[in-house]
Amino acid sequence: MPEPIIQADNLFKNYGAVEALRGVSFAVEEGEVFGLLGPNGAGKTTAVEILEGMRIPDHGSARVCGLDPQRSGERFKDNIGAVLQSTSLPDKLRVKEALELFAQFYPRRADTAELLRRFQLDEKRNAFYSQLSGGQKQRLALAMALVNDPKVVFLDEPTAGLDPQVRREIYDIIEELRRSKRTLLLTTHYIEEAERLCDRVAIVDHGRVIAMGTPRELKHASAGTTRIEVRLARPPADGALARLEGVTGCREFDGVYVLHSARAPQTIVALVKQLEAENNELQSLEMFSPSLEDAFIELTGRRLRE
Amino acid sequence: MRHTWTLAKIRIRLAMRNRTFFFFTLAMPLAFLFFFVFLFGKGQPGMIAYVLGSVLSLTVMGSFWGLSVQLVTFREQGILRRFRLAPVGAGAMLASGILTNYILALPTVAIEILLCRWVFHMQTWGSVWAILLLVSIGSAAFSAFGLIVASVTNTMQETQIINQLIWMCFLLLSGATIPLAGFPHWIQRASLFLPATYLAAGLEGATTRTATLGEIATDVAALTIGFLVAFEISRQLFRWEPEAKVPGRAKLWVLAALVPFLVFGVWQNVWGHRPTIVSRFDMLSRGSGHAQTTPPH
Repeated sequence: MPEPIIQADNLFKNYGAVEALRGVSFAVEEGEVFGLLGPNGAGKTTAVEILEGMRIPDHGSARVCGLDPQRSGERFKDNIGAVLQSTSLPDKLRVKEALELFAQFYPRRADTAELLRRFQLDEKRNAFYSQLSGGQKQRLALAMALVNDPKVVFLDEPTAGLDPQVRREIYDIIEELRRSKRTLLLTTHYIEEAERLCDRVAIVDHGRVIAMGTPRELKHASAGTTRIEVRLARPPADGALARLEGVTGCREFDGVYVLHSARAPQTIVALVKQLEAENNELQSLEMFSPSLEDAFIELTGRRLRE
Repeated sequence: MRHTWTLAKIRIRLAMRNRTFFFFTLAMPLAFLFFFVFLFGKGQPGMIAYVLGSVLSLTVMGSFWGLSVQLVTFREQGILRRFRLAPVGAGAMLASGILTNYILALPTVAIEILLCRWVFHMQTWGSVWAILLLVSIGSAAFSAFGLIVASVTNTMQETQIINQLIWMCFLLLSGATIPLAGFPHWIQRASLFLPATYLAAGLEGATTRTATLGEIATDVAALTIGFLVAFEISRQLFRWEPEAKVPGRAKLWVLAALVPFLVFGVWQNVWGHRPTIVSRFDMLSRGSGHAQTTPPH
């Protein structure tokens, strides 16, 4: 069996009293798109930055392309590309210059003119970095990550803070990279991003990997229950919703009651009866098939963006 | 070395797009030149060479200021982080700044020399080889001092305060603006511990052709050693990350950068013949043809 192209083994990292990573382990195969999914502060960026060679773990080991990120120097950097959580360049640097500058640092170089076209930056080739929109800056960051034609690309929250349209553009680019059989490790706190883009996902919370698998496997792991979200005129009696027929779990988030039901039709009938008995009123009701969000809620007891 | 040149080329382009750069690198030194000529050289063509030495010193010392500010800005804005992902080392990043400063200072130096010779009727070209040598090594040394400031400060505010303090010492106590002859002897002696004094004295000696080969060699040696020590210290203390703060004890490394000038200062005060630097102004303003070698008492 071939050695994984990315291997994180029992990584620990503290920032003062804050435990950012508490034994994170995972392996990524060549050509795979692997996602680290978790809320802000879960430890995703720390894990990625250790793999990029930008941080030293307190304990544990990391290997990328068979190399130690800390000790392999230029040979390691020649093999990776990365988009940082926030990329910054000098304001007066032109788009074309940025790509050409970074390309010159590597022995293996991609065609920068082709990258400009591929990332729809051709028209902005002579624009200063300060003149680019958020989406254009992110496309440039992605293009810069590919100037050395890397084997492995790290994408740290590549769509964070971008509007939905730009986010879709970035998804298209990532899907293109995926088709080119490049190994991608991306971090995200967007469920739909992980579901759409990743072959496998590790759910990270409080510095630990709490579940790992394909999005499909993770969804099935959420017991195959249907999620029913209801909003009521008044709070229900204590524990009343959890006792409804078919309900396997019940939580409240910001006034919305989330029920997980193994038998949704029976649960809804029971819910209506319960509300009539309490003289309560149903304001809204939505039903969802099992999703990664459900898996996350089941595993952590919280919503991803709480 | 290849990465150093790649980075230097782009830094030169960035500087050329920055109006502040033109003000500090070209307009300000030239303003000093015109001001000093008006102040000291009016009706005394013999003084123009002295004025040129001072203005060249200020031009070269300016390398110190811009580089520290730029490096801290790059670090604070997270620009250095992006470079860290590429196979670029701290040495290349720092050396490119020094090389950029040097290349950008050369046109100003040339304009200053040509103005003095052709417009202000400076009597000779001075020792051109010595001027070039001192400008080159001086630019490298003062850029490296700027890099140390950038390495030991955590914020732009800190950088500006430290820069101001050091700059004032360089400006006022080196002889580059106020002739050292006007200061009490203990200040003249203290000035021999400042790197700026070696640059100013060397350049004044070179432009007026009043310095001996030994004196120029001393100035070049002091600045060369100062550069090498400062560069290595700044390389050791270099930080890519905005949140990486320099620990208090690391700041003590800065003291190591002062060691060469402490040694040279002691040597000059005890055995050297640097006192000529403090009397050069008097000598030229009196129109004397010989350097005065009497040490300060």
